[in-house]
Amino acid sequence: MIAVEGLVKRFGDRTVLDGVDLSIRRGEIVVVIGPSGTGKSTLLRCFNYLERPDAGIVRVGDVTVDARTATKAEILALRRATAFVFQSYALFANKTALQNIAEGLIVVKKVPKREALERARAILDRVGLGDRADAYPAALSGGQQQRVGIGRAMALEADLILFDEPTSSLDPEWVQEVLDVMKSLAESHQTMLVVTHEMSFARDVADRVVFMDGGRIVEEGPPGRLFSDPSDERTRGFLRKILAGQGG
Amino acid sequence: MFDVGYMIGLMPVLLGYLPLTLQIATASMAFALVLACLLAIVRVLAVPGLDLVVRLFISFFRGTPLLVQLFLFYYGLPQVIGFLLAINGITAAILGLTLHFAAYMAESIRAAIVGVDRSQSEAALSVGMTTGQMMRRIVLPQAARVAAPTLMNYFIDMIKSTSLAFTLGVTELMGATQKEAAGSFRYLEAFLAVAVIYWVVVEALSVVQRRLETALGRAYRR
Ligand SMILES: Nc1ncnc2c1ncn2[C@@H]1O[C@H](COP(=O)(O)OP(=O)(O)OP(=O)(O)O)[C@@H](O)[C@H]1O
Ligand SMILES: [Mg+2]
Repeated sequence: MIAVEGLVKRFGDRTVLDGVDLSIRRGEIVVVIGPSGTGKSTLLRCFNYLERPDAGIVRVGDVTVDARTATKAEILALRRATAFVFQSYALFANKTALQNIAEGLIVVKKVPKREALERARAILDRVGLGDRADAYPAALSGGQQQRVGIGRAMALEADLILFDEPTSSLDPEWVQEVLDVMKSLAESHQTMLVVTHEMSFARDVADRVVFMDGGRIVEEGPPGRLFSDPSDERTRGFLRKILAGQGG
Repeated sequence: MFDVGYMIGLMPVLLGYLPLTLQIATASMAFALVLACLLAIVRVLAVPGLDLVVRLFISFFRGTPLLVQLFLFYYGLPQVIGFLLAINGITAAILGLTLHFAAYMAESIRAAIVGVDRSQSEAALSVGMTTGQMMRRIVLPQAARVAAPTLMNYFIDMIKSTSLAFTLGVTELMGATQKEAAGSFRYLEAFLAVAVIYWVVVEALSVVQRRLETALGRAYRR
């Protein structure tokens, strides 16, 4: 069971999340779309308490955290039940590609080092970077860094992987290879919550698309229905703009 | 008038005191590093209460001359704190150098920690690390790389500053030179000899410093 209930987040007197409810089934791929500044990143960051919500409940797997009573231990458990893929990759700059993936296994999951490195190597192969194991992030292209970033998240075998615009910082030439890795991850029934502007990814891969505006979920549904027959005027306006921008 | 023979003959004598100088410097540096890290972490985490004490500590030890601090520990404090009566010159020198340099190094280390990109700590937390694991595995190693050249500079400064220990009656490199010169009245030769020794040691360390920087920069180069 993965859900947020009544999630509220304020920055100063600005309410960025205004009571968000969302539940995600095991293995479901949910894509979040919406205008800039709407609270999409904040929603994802509240899911693992990188941002502490002001009110609401977050449930992931066996972990339930209520913002009013959240303890350090609960927050840690929540973070261990989730993984995060950052727009800016955020690979550990002092670790190689292989170490980036193995780090969570060694430090957090206490997997013996040898085994952790073996598993990390297998994941590197899966994201197509078997030959760059010993490269530091600075020596990798954006697309390669993001594939390592996804590998780092995969290694944790989290109940939920959160993706915050994983392709938005990439040069166009590297976007597809990252989307392909995400697609293959989706095919393995990994539960994913993805903020993206890649409408083709949403259409082909998502089980459900959620449209957010003004800190709230305005409308949600299967991509086929939401894209062809949005019921809310704001959704229609947003889709018109973005589909025009992406040439259909 | 300048007696080259005397100067050259004095060198091996003085070099016999170099180990003590280096021991005082390395001991002080080791203690100062540990203390500076603790002070820096208190500052970075803004630990309530402690933070104020640490700031006062840093302000005092940066704001007063090292020589004054050494005299305070060696001559001043024993008058009011009994156990310090047993303190010898070497211990007082190490104590003074440690506190003085820890104050400076804490600020460099703090700046280096704060300079590590926020995305690095967020990534560490997102994989489920505790704050302690995040510091040890991700933030401090990256901060160390940034702080290392500065800390090496402090070590070089520390080696030169050990010469002040002679004012506490310690016969280290400078103290020994002082005694030799007083005996022979050949001040120019003696102090030139000791200057050369300090110089060579510092230059050797500069080579080590450059190697260290290259090694630490490895992760960030293409
Ligand atoms: N740490 C913060 N402090 C203050 N305001 C913040 C902070 N983080 C986000 N905000 C504000 O909250 C609002 C929502 O931000 P958020 O990043 O969640 O939007 P978003 O939907 O992800 O937008 P984008 O599509 O541009 O990434 C924005 O107005 C932003 O300026
Ligand atoms: Mg965002």
